[in-house]
Amino acid sequence: METYTLIVLTLAATIRVATPLLLAAIAGMFSERSGVVDLGLEGKMLGAAFAAAAGSAATGSAWVGLGSGIATAVLLALLFAYATVTQRGNQVVAAMAINIMVAGLGPTLALAWFNLGGQTPQLDGPGQRFTSLVWPWANTAAEYPLPGLLYAQLLSGHNLIVYVTVALVPLSAWVLFRTRFGLRLRAVGESPQAVDTAGISVTGLRYQAILISGVLCGVAGTYLSTAASAGFTRDMTAGKGYLALAALIFGKWKPYPTLFACLLFAFTDALASRLQGVSLPLVGVIPVQAILALPYVLTVLLLAGFVGKATAPAAIGLPYSKEK
Amino acid sequence: MDKHLSTPTPSSASPSVPALELRAIDKRFGSVHANRTVSFAVAPGSIHGLIGENGAGKSTLMNIVYGFHRADSGEIRVNGRSVEITSPQEAIAAGIGMVHQHFMLVENFTVLENVVLGVEGGALLAGGLARARTELERLARDYALDVPLDAVVSELPVGLQQRVEILKALYRGAQILILDEPTAVLTPQEADALFRMLRRLRDEGKSVVLVTHKLREIMAITDRVTVMRQGAIVAEVATATTSPRELAEKMVGRAVLLRVDKSLAQPGATLLAVRDLDVRDRLGVARVKGVSFDLRAGEIVGLAGVSGNGQSELLEALAGIRFPTRGSITLQNHDLIRERLDPRQRRALGLAHVPEDRLRMGVVANFSAEDNAILGYHDRATYNPGALLDRAAIRAACEGKMAAHDVRPPMPSLRISAFSGGNQQKLVLAREIDVDPRVLLIGQPTRGVDIGAIEFIHKKLVALRDAGKALLIVSVELDEILGLADRILVMNAGEIVGELLRADATEEKIGLMMAGIDSRAGFSPPTESGLKSALPQT
Repeated sequence: METYTLIVLTLAATIRVATPLLLAAIAGMFSERSGVVDLGLEGKMLGAAFAAAAGSAATGSAWVGLGSGIATAVLLALLFAYATVTQRGNQVVAAMAINIMVAGLGPTLALAWFNLGGQTPQLDGPGQRFTSLVWPWANTAAEYPLPGLLYAQLLSGHNLIVYVTVALVPLSAWVLFRTRFGLRLRAVGESPQAVDTAGISVTGLRYQAILISGVLCGVAGTYLSTAASAGFTRDMTAGKGYLALAALIFGKWKPYPTLFACLLFAFTDALASRLQGVSLPLVGVIPVQAILALPYVLTVLLLAGFVGKATAPAAIGLPYSKEK
Repeated sequence: MDKHLSTPTPSSASPSVPALELRAIDKRFGSVHANRTVSFAVAPGSIHGLIGENGAGKSTLMNIVYGFHRADSGEIRVNGRSVEITSPQEAIAAGIGMVHQHFMLVENFTVLENVVLGVEGGALLAGGLARARTELERLARDYALDVPLDAVVSELPVGLQQRVEILKALYRGAQILILDEPTAVLTPQEADALFRMLRRLRDEGKSVVLVTHKLREIMAITDRVTVMRQGAIVAEVATATTSPRELAEKMVGRAVLLRVDKSLAQPGATLLAVRDLDVRDRLGVARVKGVSFDLRAGEIVGLAGVSGNGQSELLEALAGIRFPTRGSITLQNHDLIRERLDPRQRRALGLAHVPEDRLRMGVVANFSAEDNAILGYHDRATYNPGALLDRAAIRAACEGKMAAHDVRPPMPSLRISAFSGGNQQKLVLAREIDVDPRVLLIGQPTRGVDIGAIEFIHKKLVALRDAGKALLIVSVELDEILGLADRILVMNAGEIVGELLRADATEEKIGLMMAGIDSRAGFSPPTESGLKSALPQT
């Protein structure tokens, strides 16, 4: 394969890997901007991945899968909101509890329902998955060099969720900075007292933010099990929720920088899979383990040194109560 | 409970219907009876003072009016109409605005965004912001409340941040404005500006409730004053017919000395010498610049300044918590900087320190009183003879301190956070002076301390001075500095900008120095004759 083909294919893979990361990161952006630490992204995604695959396997419709994925993530989000906002529980502990619960519950239910060793059945029927949408003339364009290939591989050939996710970035930026809801959301993460004295419900705002996070995590999980792969497998999120959180911090809780961070993380991931087994000059063949660790090593390095001062919302992690 | 108003409203205001009226408000928090059938009324177009010690129930009462708390029983009336206020939203709708002691602002928002928060006027921001800008420009003109609308709040000085709070209330159509301890963070000149603004609001027909513990302010600008003690109203009088002494007695329930009786200082040898001290913070910003002064035996030196002008950093550098980048501090022929002595070594040389922020640095809130009473001295043989603490000795020592300093309740095993601010401070002070230091550094001696305890602490400090100690007192309360100090240093922007003997010091002079204005440069200050004539002292 020619070099530029390789590059274009790696970039296309970047977009596919970045999609669930970005969905989860935007989900986290809403809840964290409201002042709630969202370590539960991982659990909500994993729960949704299981529910989506199960729903799709049971009914044969990816859309039912999407619906059950979102419903599951929203339920988990509600549970989290009840524990942390209504009952003012510790946000980190509540989120970790959800993550651990889901990690065990998914495979257990899968074993009980499908008896396939903790997986869901392979989704191979028509309409069971979100498949790639091929744009007009894409197949023809792929025959041609660079511009054609870019069109065929980068713009065309992704599934619906990818396109929706791309549109979410400007949409969430608009919501956050141009609407009343966004103003209040940013305010409640900085100073819930100010919001309360302005006569706005802190609880209501945080519930809304956590619910949005639930919906987006639902979509992200659905993507993992019904678009990126064909079914649910144990621990299939593999830390993507935490990676998304890292991207959010790296992106300083802002939509466009977060998009950039997700793309960067996804690119190292895509690059890592390309590098497997490839012999590089001077180094030789890099061990698979080292390559697979690359995105995480990069994350640690970026967060440790290159982010600059990331200022979190001032009230993040603090349950709000009127009494001082 | 219809006997809500025992004294007639002033004739200058509309006589019949109060703008705000509370009838028999009662509120308990568990076993604490915070408000005991409280009734009082605010006449329209008047400034009404609400005064009382910490914990007297003023804040609870105002939080009930603003919908933060719900009263167990009682009635709130606005312009004669009974209103149900269960949330700030309803208070705002009833025309009540509140400026909290700790500003309720979103620090990284602009002024404009802060003002519209909660009253955006539509789902999209653009239109609402434009309308708010026009309206705010009008309010700014009408009430002389100029604020840069597009500035980020955290970059504004506190005086302006307070204006933003007032604008917020006015923008929401407040007719009744409640201000909770509004001058705590202001220079005297800023406070004067605030008072001018409040008078203007009153003249426009608005009603102002001023919650404070400063008698001076009550005397200076209120029309009527209500005094609370232990959750109940103990007096309501026209300000013109009362005196600070009378109000103080009503607040405390007994006669109090507003002024410390002390003889002229007899300064002796220099005990602590500071030369050319520079202190930088973690970001490398210079906080203290070239500060030099001496502390002498038998004198109290007061360090005045608007908070945030380097006093805290200077105090911490002297105590050994921060390390200066330049300069020397000499104590007992030791250069504390050159020898890099840590706080414990400095203590051993006779330097005691009562930190400004009691709860953060002075005590461990979750420890018992007796454990707090030995912090920093826990390694002395009395408490720690071998490997184990001598609990009996620690308890006995704490009991001794509590008896000598009137700490109530005298229960060494009680958690320190269960004591009132005044009793905590008395215990911290006891801990630091019982080891017989030569030099005492005291930050905010009476912050969060009620009048009764203030009197006790001030007497104690003067007694220490008379025993030949050198005291440095850092306080944002100018009254405290004027009442205690024999010599006054004023800090502005990290430098000592003035030094005055107590006899030469006036509030005016110090205020101008605090603001960084050189009084000798022929600048004529905007005087408030009312304020000065109301001063009980000077």
